[in-house]
Amino acid sequence: MNNTSISPEDRNKKFLNKLKERDIDVQACYQCGRCSAGCPIGEFFDLNVMEVVRLATYGMEEPLLNCHTIWLCAACETCATRCPNDIEIAGLMDVLREIALRKGVTPAEPRVPLFHKAFLGSISHWGRAYEIGMIAGYKINSRDLLGDMKLGLNMFLKGKLKLTPHSIKGKSDIKQIFSGKGKEYDR
Amino acid sequence: MKLSYYPGCSLEGTALDYDQSVRELCVHLGVELADIPDWNCCGASSAHMTDHEVGIRLPLRNLLQVAGSGHDILVPCAACFQRLRAADKEMRDNPGHWDIVGSIPEFEIVHISTFLARPEILEKIRDKVSQPLSGLPVACYYGCLSLRHPHITGAPNWEMPVNLERIIEALGAKPVNWSHRTECCSGSLTMARPDIARKLVGDIAAAAKRAGATAMVTDCPMCQANVESRQLDLGGEDDLPVFFATELIIAAIEGKYPKKQQKVHLVSPDVVTQHFDSTATEDSA
Repeated sequence: MNNTSISPEDRNKKFLNKLKERDIDVQACYQCGRCSAGCPIGEFFDLNVMEVVRLATYGMEEPLLNCHTIWLCAACETCATRCPNDIEIAGLMDVLREIALRKGVTPAEPRVPLFHKAFLGSISHWGRAYEIGMIAGYKINSRDLLGDMKLGLNMFLKGKLKLTPHSIKGKSDIKQIFSGKGKEYDR
Repeated sequence: MKLSYYPGCSLEGTALDYDQSVRELCVHLGVELADIPDWNCCGASSAHMTDHEVGIRLPLRNLLQVAGSGHDILVPCAACFQRLRAADKEMRDNPGHWDIVGSIPEFEIVHISTFLARPEILEKIRDKVSQPLSGLPVACYYGCLSLRHPHITGAPNWEMPVNLERIIEALGAKPVNWSHRTECCSGSLTMARPDIARKLVGDIAAAAKRAGATAMVTDCPMCQANVESRQLDLGGEDDLPVFFATELIIAAIEGKYPKKQQKVHLVSPDVVTQHFDSTATEDSA
């Protein structure tokens, strides 16, 4: 954060409007720091939670879309529940991840969105999550082939991984959802 | 009593035994469960973290599947619960945006522990216990998603919840006072960043042991899998098994902890098995 120059001219109005639409009132932040203090993953972040909120109030989207924090946030909602001004900080993280993906920003933590992609791919295909298929998809895309091999095998031997996927009947509903239902009139 | 039931994907896979214990318990309690017809995945963290529309529309479809039923919806998985509640709130706050046609369905989405901790249900459980878990010191672990955000979950005591403690006390076990009851275990990151999961789980397990617990009890399938499995990674010697509250209720009611159930744990559940030693031997014979 030390080298970030905060410039009001860089305000990104569209980004601020998006937050407004989602009732995320970042302007209400008075930097008490409770969000950062309670974050269980804060020590792994490059920008701490309060810095994320502060940059958002300035509409400074770029450093936010490029940071590690947005991908390492686990959406535990501790920050949002402790914010004295009721800022939906976890919702802010959601918006930032979504914009980063839509803009094709190279994620600072590539494995995290690859995991989400594999998980959602499984749902869009079957209507339900199919763990083995999802894990295989993630492993291949992330090239993390050896990580957690022992755990996976252990789970498998314990009968904790379902061998065949369950395909729901209403797959056309799921297809509609994944092909942008609700976003038809965005522009 | 009849309830709609949303098992969710974990309860078909890694937490299959959780599903079985919930169904079995409901039989004991005289609660009839009707699975939501053709339910789909709620999208979990991955959907809402990357696409708001998908993150609401996936769980919303499930709600619309039971729109006319009039029954409340019972959800054992904390993540599914939070996502269904989020969709429910959106449906009520902004029906036009979510293409809700006609009247908005009336039901409440209830997380399993909230349901089980109702005074009349607790009373039933207390009456049915045949072999209490007398004095067993357990750390009740809630994690995140059944509690936060209270705007969504409706949890009255999100920083100091009591439901799991009440349930465990009804079984005769002794909930310990400890610090990490509502801390995140980073379940949604566990595959992509196992190093972070190991750190968080290590801290949680250490806190539970510090308070004198010999086991943990949860109501979240992600927490259960993550906290047991990441303890193994850390290579410590006195790992804590993590039980679903429902499996312990069944054990206390039926007076046994069957071999089949012992086998699903990644960490040895001996501490509970020993409580049921005599009957457990008969079971395996």
